[in-house]
Amino acid sequence: MIEVTEKTNPYVACFEKSKDSLPGNELPWLASERQKAMDRFAHLGFPTTKHEDWRFTNIKPVASTSFTESQPQEGAFASDPTIGIPLIDTEHARVVLVNGFFRADLSKLENLPDGITVKSLKDALKEDANLLEAHLTKYARYADHAFVALNTALFQDGVFVHVKRGKVIETPLLIFNVTTESAGQIACHPRCLIIAEEASQATVMEAYTGSEGSVYLNNPVTEIYLAQNAVVDHYKLQQESEKAFHIATLQVHQERTSNFANQNIVYGGAIARNDISATLAGEGIVSTVNGLTVGGGTQILDNHTFIDHAMPHCNSYEVYKTVLDEKAKGVFNGRIMVAQDAQKTDAKQTNQNLLLSGEATINTKPQLEIFADDVRCTHGATIGQLDSEAIFYLRTRGINEDAAKSILTYAFAGYVLERIKIETLREHVESVLCDRLPMGDLVRGAL
Amino acid sequence: MPPTEESIEQLANKEYKWGFVTDIEQETFPKGLSEEVVRKISAKKNEPEWMLEWRLKAYKHWLTLDEPTWAYVKFDPIDYQDMIYYAAPKEAPQLDSLDEVDPKLLETYNKLGISLDEQKRLSGVAVDAVFDSVSVATTFKATLAEKGIIFCSISDAMQEHPELVQKYIGSVVPISDNYFATLNSAVFSDGSFVHIPKGVRCPMELSTYFRINAENTGQFERTLIIAEEGSHVSYLEGCTAPMRDENQLHAAVVELVAHDDAQIKYSTVQNWYPGDENGKGGIYNFVTKRGLCKGKNSKISWTQVETGSAITWKYPSCVLQGDNSVGEFYSVALTNNYQQADTGTKMIHIGKNTKSTIISKGISAGRGQNIYRGQVKILKGAENARNFSQCDSMLIGDRCGAHTFPYIDVQNPSARMEHEATTSKIGEDQIFYCNQRGIDTEDAVSMIVNGFCKAVFKELPMEFAVEAQKLLGISLEGSVG
Repeated sequence: MIEVTEKTNPYVACFEKSKDSLPGNELPWLASERQKAMDRFAHLGFPTTKHEDWRFTNIKPVASTSFTESQPQEGAFASDPTIGIPLIDTEHARVVLVNGFFRADLSKLENLPDGITVKSLKDALKEDANLLEAHLTKYARYADHAFVALNTALFQDGVFVHVKRGKVIETPLLIFNVTTESAGQIACHPRCLIIAEEASQATVMEAYTGSEGSVYLNNPVTEIYLAQNAVVDHYKLQQESEKAFHIATLQVHQERTSNFANQNIVYGGAIARNDISATLAGEGIVSTVNGLTVGGGTQILDNHTFIDHAMPHCNSYEVYKTVLDEKAKGVFNGRIMVAQDAQKTDAKQTNQNLLLSGEATINTKPQLEIFADDVRCTHGATIGQLDSEAIFYLRTRGINEDAAKSILTYAFAGYVLERIKIETLREHVESVLCDRLPMGDLVRGAL
Repeated sequence: MPPTEESIEQLANKEYKWGFVTDIEQETFPKGLSEEVVRKISAKKNEPEWMLEWRLKAYKHWLTLDEPTWAYVKFDPIDYQDMIYYAAPKEAPQLDSLDEVDPKLLETYNKLGISLDEQKRLSGVAVDAVFDSVSVATTFKATLAEKGIIFCSISDAMQEHPELVQKYIGSVVPISDNYFATLNSAVFSDGSFVHIPKGVRCPMELSTYFRINAENTGQFERTLIIAEEGSHVSYLEGCTAPMRDENQLHAAVVELVAHDDAQIKYSTVQNWYPGDENGKGGIYNFVTKRGLCKGKNSKISWTQVETGSAITWKYPSCVLQGDNSVGEFYSVALTNNYQQADTGTKMIHIGKNTKSTIISKGISAGRGQNIYRGQVKILKGAENARNFSQCDSMLIGDRCGAHTFPYIDVQNPSARMEHEATTSKIGEDQIFYCNQRGIDTEDAVSMIVNGFCKAVFKELPMEFAVEAQKLLGISLEGSVG
């Protein structure tokens, strides 16, 4: 255990030093939660490949790098041209976090529609302490997850979104998490809390991006609470720097007849891990989690999803697609748990993986745990290369091999692309995908 | 015709009919495990020096291991010192013909429906019967010997063909493989040995019948089957045990080796005592089975029907080393009352154009927990590997569980693999349809379950298929409310 202590020590020390100045330290419930989380982190240590959940994702580079805690930055980040921030210029309301800190000057919240509150988590801890006490840290469980524990103990800022009862917010809210080139290698632990009150409706996108070539750890945790009949469309776009580590957790808590959908687009980072969990805590819930992962180079892209069917009459749908080229490694672990009382559950999961090169590898584990008898649960996983007959068909029509492969790969990803309802986001993802295809321009032209 | 109350009652109360104890004089070692016991077992078997060394090495390694906890099963800790590691019927030594076998033993096997008497047999199945720890009789030895086939107990093989045993034992399941396999390597007492020479097609089904009789014993048998180039063999295995309140451990190791163009078909109907309806007693069945497709175009096929045991923990696997080799796994696992089964397979694709098929059907009733855990691994060199997996679960009752944990690791882009799993309740409309046509619910469930398992049953040799269907019917009884 010496090794573990060495690696967790700097974080423990950092916590000891800064715990009195962390936001919300005056709130006893938060202070005690942070302390418990840090104790838990010190106990757990960083996971190794001996942990079932981290079997194929070796995070030794994260554990052995000494990161410094990020500090608030001043000035315009836009001066760094290497940060490609998609969609920043759209008319939609936006929040910008730089190195994990809310930047009011860069955000555009003046035209927010009526019924939605968006503010920095730091301010919210002062102004909405009662509301936060009921939700913040209540869903993302850190008992078995070292990174969630770390975020809970150390988060300095983040975003708080509150959609009021019965309000339908038609335009999407965009949240940009930007990590800039800074002195030393920094670790950010941004925290996001989204509360959708009864019968409200909202669309939120979270985008993660960073300065090209910089090494940093981004460890965001997002908690989303959907009250009865609430509808939330959530998008996550992850295009961190190619040397960055992105270890993220999204925890969704759904009440009766609420509807949640997540489209998770992953293509950035050296090591990227997503833990996406939804707890279906009422009847008649619909939950959708889809993902598109596009990997190349020596990237390790890992998606873990967990749908917890705790109550009867709920449906969940999941489609995860992975395209891997060069030496990229993909991991998918889709767990569906159906509790004893969750009768009439309908859970569908599909995982399809496309390997474009001889050195790409994929490890997938769809996992069903079912304790109720009157349910219908299916999962399917396929791994393969492009259908040679389909390529042949296209070639007989005068389309060359590279173009045929590009067209078919694009089509493979199509299911998830079609489900992106924010048009500018969809166009951006399509264009990123085209950039990665050998004859992407041809596909782009045809769109 | 409406189902009569009485007949359902009768059916529901039908007990595990193999639960009797044979009163036979036994020679047993005292309880406990030590180096001394390992040496004594080896001495008892008059084993060569290398075998003793091998056992001791396994024992020493076992001492360094901890019992694995990753399986999705719950049981009270096993006290390895509170167990007898060797039990044998006293009359066993030096049998020349069946006439010399203790009549009580013959009676036992007749009661189980396994005739050891060659004269009276109708079905052409050669049987090796293992009673507690030792093999008591092997039938048709002479007929098989004409073809050059060796079919005997592994203890006899150690005396008569030590070179073959030494060459192959531990070559597929090494002594350090896992906790239970290591324990088995140290203390195994008997088992079957089969060697099919080059180009020979075994003229009859070979079969081993395992019976646990003595109290407080663990049964540790070891089976080794070698199929030389171009040979073919089909092997069956059956097992039963008496009803007892305490749990007994069964930790066997089975190793199969198929050379070029050879085929091995291994079928199991496992019906160890599953414990009573309150989950008391029953066998812990912790078994390591692995086949190595060593040569080109070789094929290994596992078929299992698992209806017994309190806990089943086994993963018959195939290592597809030879190019174009084929691995198959067909399984039906049924858990009723408090039974738990964590079973599945591993298919390791190493050679080019290797193919594997996995069909697993899990049925949970009562408070049974049924887990499919499987791995398909396609290594870098396995060009054009192909896998198809299907694991379906059926749930009967609302207190049971069905879980699937398939691991799929692919390192070669030319691989094609498909995995499908479904879990559903037994169809009410199907039962209704049967009821409508005068078939009572119990029979309807049995028919539907049999249909659900058809893909696996058709892989079983005829006699076994009939037995398996009956077994499934009996194990399910009383589970329909």
